Amino acid sequence: MVEWEVIRFSFFNLETLQEIWPMLWRGWLMTVQLCVAVVPLGFFAGTILATIYSLRIKSVNAALIVYVDFFRSVPPLVLLIYVTYGIPLLLGADIDAFVAVLFAFTLNSSSYFGEIVRAGIESIPKGQMEAARSTGLTTLQAMRYVILPQALKNVAPDLTSNTIELIKATSIASVVALPELLRMGRVAQGLVYNATPLIAVAVIYLIMLWPMVRLLSRLERRMMSSR
Amino acid sequence: MARVEPVVEALAIHKSFGDLEVLKGVNLTVAPQELVFIIGPSGSGKSTLLRCCNLLEEPSSGVVKITGEDITAAGVDINQVRQRIGMVFQSFNLYPHMSALGNVSLALRKVKKQPRAQAEAKAQEALERVGLAHKADAYPTELSGGQQQRVAIARAIAMEPDVMLFDEPTSALDPELVGSVLEVMRELRKSGMTMVVVSHEMRFARDAADRVLFMDAGMVVEEGPPDEVFGAPKHERTKAFLASVNGH
Repeated sequence: MVEWEVIRFSFFNLETLQEIWPMLWRGWLMTVQLCVAVVPLGFFAGTILATIYSLRIKSVNAALIVYVDFFRSVPPLVLLIYVTYGIPLLLGADIDAFVAVLFAFTLNSSSYFGEIVRAGIESIPKGQMEAARSTGLTTLQAMRYVILPQALKNVAPDLTSNTIELIKATSIASVVALPELLRMGRVAQGLVYNATPLIAVAVIYLIMLWPMVRLLSRLERRMMSSR
Repeated sequence: MARVEPVVEALAIHKSFGDLEVLKGVNLTVAPQELVFIIGPSGSGKSTLLRCCNLLEEPSSGVVKITGEDITAAGVDINQVRQRIGMVFQSFNLYPHMSALGNVSLALRKVKKQPRAQAEAKAQEALERVGLAHKADAYPTELSGGQQQRVAIARAIAMEPDVMLFDEPTSALDPELVGSVLEVMRELRKSGMTMVVVSHEMRFARDAADRVLFMDAGMVVEEGPPDEVFGAPKHERTKAFLASVNGH
């Protein structure tokens, strides 16, 4: 079974794994840092966009639509490259890779989160806002205490799904040399000349995301049964 | 005799939605502790008139005064004014993600800035007045339509408004649940609350109203004490409407 020995050596090499594990660990930590920053940032920015949109100020909404359409049309990788290499050119100063990645992903994900939250807000009957306003709550108070809690609950599966997509998309930060999980995996691969680091990277993503995918299924089932 | 300041004074109210003129110069004056009933066919503008009283609908022209204060004037803090105007909706519009107590106490906490304990005590009191003290922890979906509407009334009266506006409060209810809501409204009336009611409950109007306005096609066609409007309507349109309502 020579073939199996070759496969084991190239793809499931435990000695290699032991050797490069610290690198993968650092990469994973960077990915986690990135996600912990970018998911809330994108979500909050998106929620603010959606809230502003719900005020129905014509000129403002026209601008918001341009913003959202633009950042949903531009591939995140293209955006990332532009931000990482373009901003330093414009500013004439270096920009921290982490900050550049954060900025690019916030632009991109706020558009998606914004569209989801907007759909959620529009799913709430207008009587809710009227009732809240009739008691003297301001529009923003009504949004915060009455509309958004219901709206976010209604779109919880979409929010979760988008969060999963976003976490996976952070791997493209490897292209601009941010030392996150995939980047470290590829660096490690270059050192050991076998594919084990990449297999390990895939497994780490799987372990990290699978519980969220389960949660998503559960949320989706719950939404179906509550309708 | 000194003129008693009306609680609500809506003068020459016009309201158009695009090309459609829904209100064509309507006047509505409500004295303290008065219960004014507005009846009329659907599309007559009665709900729109009511919604102009707290500016949920912005009149195209005309003046709305609440206890003498012109609330249609520029620079008026409408949220300040709305605390003094309770409103009850046809579809209840309770907040489904909050308990009955949460529904009633929200504006006390966020608008009147009362501490939670004080707001909840006040809310509990309001729920007691509508006979639902024991349902404080229930969520809207766990309540019958009649109970939901009573919670909605509690939500409005907890703010201690000067006037209460009812927009077809029993229209969405099963017939057997209407009585409990009307009972609460009767109690409110007894306690001296000023009320404006848009409704098809003619019997209730006869019993409880001080004055009845009949509206048709964006205008007040006839107005007077219930005995007159119901017993001896002067206007043909009023007669036709009452005949159609009593007929079914």
